[in-house]
Amino acid sequence: MTARTDTPSAGWRDWLTTDTPQSRAQARLGRAWAGWTAFRRNRLAVAGLLIVLALVVVAALAPVLAPYHPYAQDLNGRLLPPSAAHWLGTDAFGRDILSRLIHGARLTLMIVALVAATAPLAGLVIGTAAGYFGGWVDTVLMRITDIALAFPKLILALAFVAALGPGIENAVIAIAITSWPPYARIARAETLTVRRSDFISAARLQGASSLRIILGHIMPLCIASLIVRTTLDMAGVILTAAGLGFLGLGAQPPLPEWGAMIASGRQYVLEQWWVAAMPGLAIFIVSLGFNLLGDGLRDVLDPKGD
Amino acid sequence: MPTLKRGLTLLVTVAVTLLGLLLVTFLIGRVVPIDPVLSALGDRANADSYAQMRTQLGLDLPLWQQFLRYVGDVLQGDLGTSVLTSRPVLEDVLRVFPATMELATVAVVIGAVLGVPAGVFAATHRGRWPDHAIRLLGLIGHSVPIFWLGLMALLLFYAKLDWAPGPGRVDVFYEGMVDAVTGIVTVDALLAGETDIFWNALQHLVLPSAILGLYSVAYIARMTRGFMLDQLRQEYITTARVKGLSETRVVWRHALGNIAVPLITVIALSYAGLLEGSVLTETVFAWPGLGLYITNSLLSADMNAVLGGTLVVGAVFIALNMLSDLLYRLLDPRAR
Repeated sequence: MTARTDTPSAGWRDWLTTDTPQSRAQARLGRAWAGWTAFRRNRLAVAGLLIVLALVVVAALAPVLAPYHPYAQDLNGRLLPPSAAHWLGTDAFGRDILSRLIHGARLTLMIVALVAATAPLAGLVIGTAAGYFGGWVDTVLMRITDIALAFPKLILALAFVAALGPGIENAVIAIAITSWPPYARIARAETLTVRRSDFISAARLQGASSLRIILGHIMPLCIASLIVRTTLDMAGVILTAAGLGFLGLGAQPPLPEWGAMIASGRQYVLEQWWVAAMPGLAIFIVSLGFNLLGDGLRDVLDPKGD
Repeated sequence: MPTLKRGLTLLVTVAVTLLGLLLVTFLIGRVVPIDPVLSALGDRANADSYAQMRTQLGLDLPLWQQFLRYVGDVLQGDLGTSVLTSRPVLEDVLRVFPATMELATVAVVIGAVLGVPAGVFAATHRGRWPDHAIRLLGLIGHSVPIFWLGLMALLLFYAKLDWAPGPGRVDVFYEGMVDAVTGIVTVDALLAGETDIFWNALQHLVLPSAILGLYSVAYIARMTRGFMLDQLRQEYITTARVKGLSETRVVWRHALGNIAVPLITVIALSYAGLLEGSVLTETVFAWPGLGLYITNSLLSADMNAVLGGTLVVGAVFIALNMLSDLLYRLLDPRAR
């Protein structure tokens, strides 16, 4: 037992797990390490993380990984079943389904990234402002949030896309517009718990402006719960985007968007099932990855919730 | 009179929320790049009739007056005319709505019948494998694209195994054979005494409603588990056990009885979610409900129909949300 603590790896572990950190950086790294060890114990969450990382890698290396060009047609090789040459078969234009799925990962990642970069940010600004200022600002902002929260998301996204015109950018806008309210509620709740804290009063007495207090002291404390919620929501975002694509309102052909690929395989589903089945599996695996990751992150970052 | 005051507050909330919904559909209708005058008159309208129609539709008024006019029209039940069917949108929506309601109702029953016991089971086996399995199944249920699952179910149960009938509400052979009294085919068939058609319609209902219902199983099970865990911690449960009551009775009568009220609100909420979720399911199963109506109208740029349908789904959704809130307050003495 004593021999083990002498190994070099125990050195940095001790440094990370010490209860008397010497610097701010050490304390932060130590907390991150504690979170990671807790996270690592949840095998499903690690599986989720691996799936999400795989999505990023596949998207980044799509041209290298894909055996064929995603638009390369081969009308002699239409609707071929899975084989050694085409692992997942070919579609109605003889395009390799695996290559299209690999390139489609880029679209999925883009949609997820764009929604994750906009909706939670909008919710964060609205929620912290409402919680910090209180009074009529709170009443007005939260009334609007409650109203928006009561709307059916998918139907509203459909109506937005109908107004803006079909396309992947408009699908992203429609999803972002309909998904900010829960983030505002979470951010407000977090703000209310710290608003009356001594460290906020101290900052205010030192002359910090409201903007500075919100940006520097309140927003960082809201981040953890927002990250959890965002990760859990990303599965829903992927499903909504795929649904819009399936209805012909999201990405337009010949873009290899997964939902649109299912729609194009729909008429062959009874005979050439792989055309519709493969993209659906891809959607399922990726959104399961985000769900597992979010579920695990919730246990680590936000033990209060649930 | 705190109850009266609460009721009034709720009423005002509903009114404001509905007004917000109207504002959204109104604004969407204004930013659409489709000219409402041309879609009413056709592309070859001359300048005079164009100007006349423009005035008639109120498009020369300021925006806020247009909105008031729109609210007035909607309150009178005028959602405009569908370009596609050339009938009033409200008439169309009322005709297709029962099909959606039938689907969502059966789906929510399936969701509750499977979800509640699953949640109870997970709570009583907390931290052990049934709990993990149910949690994982829930996550899986929330990760499957519902339209894809529908297609795969058709492939397996209709094409390969021949256990279920194909898309649609009844076989083509039976189409239009019973009068639409309620618009719900199973009920109409029973009213007409046509048991053959009733069984056929029921068979057609199984697959789409099961697919749609699976979506709410996860949510209902998860909430049930949470509520149950809160109850099982309490002292009256210990008392009941000490008194020697069987575990079945403690769990299923005492604990479950006490979470009935929050459960009802959860089920009402998931019912609202299913009405919305039916859009994609209906498309896959060629189910002639509101979802299919909205998507077909979308694809032919029939904006009156799209916005009218959106408004109706939105209003029902909001009403169900508020109703579940109201139910909770009425049924749970602690919330009064």
